[in-house]
Amino acid sequence: MTALLSIAGISKRFRGLAAVSRVSFDVQPGEIFAVIGPNGAGKTTLFNMIAGAIAPDEGTITFAGEQIQGRRADEIARRGIGRTFQLVRPFPALTVEDNVVIGALMQTTTVSDAQAIARRVMTQLDLFDKRAQTASSLTLPDRKRLEVARALATGPKLLLLDEVMAGLRPTETDRIVATLRDLNRDGLTILLIEHVMRAVTALASRILVLHHGAAIAEGNPEQVLRDPAVVESYLGAESL
Amino acid sequence: MTAITLNIVVQGILTGLVYGLMALGLSVIFGVMRVVNFAHGEFTVIAMYAAFLLFEMLDVSPLVSLLPIAVAFFFLGYVLQRSLVEPFISRAEHEQFILLVGLATVIVNGLLLVFGPDARPINLPYSFDSFDIGPLFIDKVRVFAALGAVAICTALFLFFRYTRTGTAIRACADNLTGAGVVGLNVKQLYAVTFGLGFACIGAAGTLMATIADASPGLAPAYTLLAFVIVIIGGLGSMAGALIGGVLIGISEALAGFYIQPSMKSMFSFALLILVLVLRPQGLMGRRL
Amino acid sequence: MTSLWQNVPTRGKVLCFILLAACTAAPLAADRYLLSVLILVFYFAYLGQAWNLLMGFAGQLSLGHALYLGLGAYTATALWTLFGIGPWLGVLIAIPVAAAAGMIVGWLGWRFSIEGVYFALLTIAFAEFTRIGFDHLQITGASAGLFLSVNSPGSDKWWNLGGGPLLYYYLALFLAAAATLLVAWLRRSPLGYRWLAVREDPQAAQAAGINIMRARMIAMLISSSMTAVGGVFYGFYYRNLFPSQVFDIGRSIEIIMAPIIGGLGTVFGPVVGAILLTPLGESLTALIQHFGINTPGAKSIFYGLTLMVIISLQPSGLWPWLARRLGLDRQRS
Repeated sequence: MTALLSIAGISKRFRGLAAVSRVSFDVQPGEIFAVIGPNGAGKTTLFNMIAGAIAPDEGTITFAGEQIQGRRADEIARRGIGRTFQLVRPFPALTVEDNVVIGALMQTTTVSDAQAIARRVMTQLDLFDKRAQTASSLTLPDRKRLEVARALATGPKLLLLDEVMAGLRPTETDRIVATLRDLNRDGLTILLIEHVMRAVTALASRILVLHHGAAIAEGNPEQVLRDPAVVESYLGAESL
Repeated sequence: MTAITLNIVVQGILTGLVYGLMALGLSVIFGVMRVVNFAHGEFTVIAMYAAFLLFEMLDVSPLVSLLPIAVAFFFLGYVLQRSLVEPFISRAEHEQFILLVGLATVIVNGLLLVFGPDARPINLPYSFDSFDIGPLFIDKVRVFAALGAVAICTALFLFFRYTRTGTAIRACADNLTGAGVVGLNVKQLYAVTFGLGFACIGAAGTLMATIADASPGLAPAYTLLAFVIVIIGGLGSMAGALIGGVLIGISEALAGFYIQPSMKSMFSFALLILVLVLRPQGLMGRRL
Repeated sequence: MTSLWQNVPTRGKVLCFILLAACTAAPLAADRYLLSVLILVFYFAYLGQAWNLLMGFAGQLSLGHALYLGLGAYTATALWTLFGIGPWLGVLIAIPVAAAAGMIVGWLGWRFSIEGVYFALLTIAFAEFTRIGFDHLQITGASAGLFLSVNSPGSDKWWNLGGGPLLYYYLALFLAAAATLLVAWLRRSPLGYRWLAVREDPQAAQAAGINIMRARMIAMLISSSMTAVGGVFYGFYYRNLFPSQVFDIGRSIEIIMAPIIGGLGTVFGPVVGAILLTPLGESLTALIQHFGINTPGAKSIFYGLTLMVIISLQPSGLWPWLARRLGLDRQRS
């Protein structure tokens, strides 16, 4: 079947430093695809290029049959890609509900419809009870969930998650993993950057490994996590 | 270039050097602490009145009162920073801005109350003398004012380059967290910086009083002028403040003569808009 | 609209009614002087709402709103004195003129990522530039000013805004009330939500599909247009215009006083701010003059001090505090 997201030969340099070097991969609809690699490997830069925060120097990004590289971030969001940020950025002075409503307003034109969508999403992410709290008063795990909720409320076809498990305790990680699995079962395609291997192995059907901006391995978890290059550059011999 | 134009340009350069000193105060404060001193012009005019009063009442020439006023302003700035400005540094940017807008309003109207709207000139014995060099007729007051400005700027430059405190301040401007980590007393340094910026204001105002007549109406114009110069010359660059000042001085002088005196600021504002849009780091500043 | 009203707690509804009734009936009991003070209150509440839209909701600090005030005032008054076009028509032309200026300022600022302080300076630069420009514009009297004579034909007709203070009173009241309603409605609209998002975190707003340039430009469009209408009022009420007054930075600062003192980003902030500040300022002037002291600028000193005190002690304004005391607040952003 045709890929939902198709990355072909994407590169980005920052003043002489090659952050991403000719990376190519496909994400099939309905799958959970993980991008892993050491810090500085170019994962977030890759995400930022997909989400439209920065433009690639070369290569193409095709989403649902349409080329989106170089487009503005809000245009890409409106085409059905939702994203979270590595350092979470919920709207601090606004309530949880308002945060999610803003996301939902991408799908609908009236505030009341958006509120209905928001309520559904908040329930899904276990935030309904906290809907009247201001985002800045939430704990980190809740703020991460809020980020996901806001992105989800936009009704995306593809969700980009940037290290959403970072800083969470194992029990919280498991909760989010379960939620993501449910969302995926309902048809959401997920592309995630992760360091927490526990989450990667629990979720991903395919993995791409980046190192110094280049792809060094791609495939299903069993293959990739045993790949000697991957072990040497990132996982460490203890993982075997 | 005709003799007239040359004269105007030279006059502009000299005036511009005093503008540059005023802008330097702003650049130091803004560059190091990111505080937008919206009352910059207002304090400059206070200094002008101070020089005026010392001259009128005690017969002290501004060139003599230059240092005492600068020192007094240093302490004024230091105290102001520690008492009023410090708590605002960690708050939202617009709050600090508004605070100083309020202060500026209070000052300019206070001056209006005390001194009235009329311009107060300082009539030095050599106010109307000039150095005649070839085709040039250069006002003595402007030359002395410019020399004073250059002297103070040099002193400040040497201070920042070669003293421990100066280096420490530059460190704060460069990397605040790092400065704290290596044990610099940031609060104290900020207050000193503010004091130094104000010393520039005090000196600039005193010198300005010899070439312009003190009046409350000048205050907002000087504030904007200082910002125009700092933005055009480039934030955080001492040379930029001087160069910007000279540029503005020249352009204002030329515009004032060839277009119309009342339109000279228009040119400066147009330039500001252009620089903000095209090259916000200014001529000498680093890319933000 | 109805859901808007339903969301207001009963106390609030009662208070609104009382306030509106009092204002409508005031001319029966108030003397000319008090009326003129109330007109100023409504005028500043109105302009405050206009400015608050851009700052409190879209998060952009403009210190050059006098630009739109002046452009609105000059356009309408010039159309009247030069072509005999009445203000009700003139305002329809004044609005696009000011809005165009706003669009230019906004586009330059936001397209080139001029933020915060720099944006404020940009707005000031435009206002000052225009002020000096008008100082030399012969067709509108240059620095000598533009005067609306009381003797030209039709100048006493209500449709040419020639009338006593009563006409201006109800006009100002209408403007203030309408502006407050508009702001309340916008705030709960999808646009209002988008503005909040853009104010809080533009990049995150983009990730939620919001076109931040568009949102900001709309805010600027509405804000500058509303201010222009205020300018038309200013021109015809005072019946004379000087560039050094109407475009002056003092005007811009006056405009921001009420919303900041009352409460940035709140619906009633500008109203509360205007109600508190204006009468106090005017009484101060009256009091000082009563003692025979002629102090130009005493009122401004008072305003400046108030600004400093409020921003230090209660930066979110007095209305949120007042609302809590009156039991009018709800758990909303």
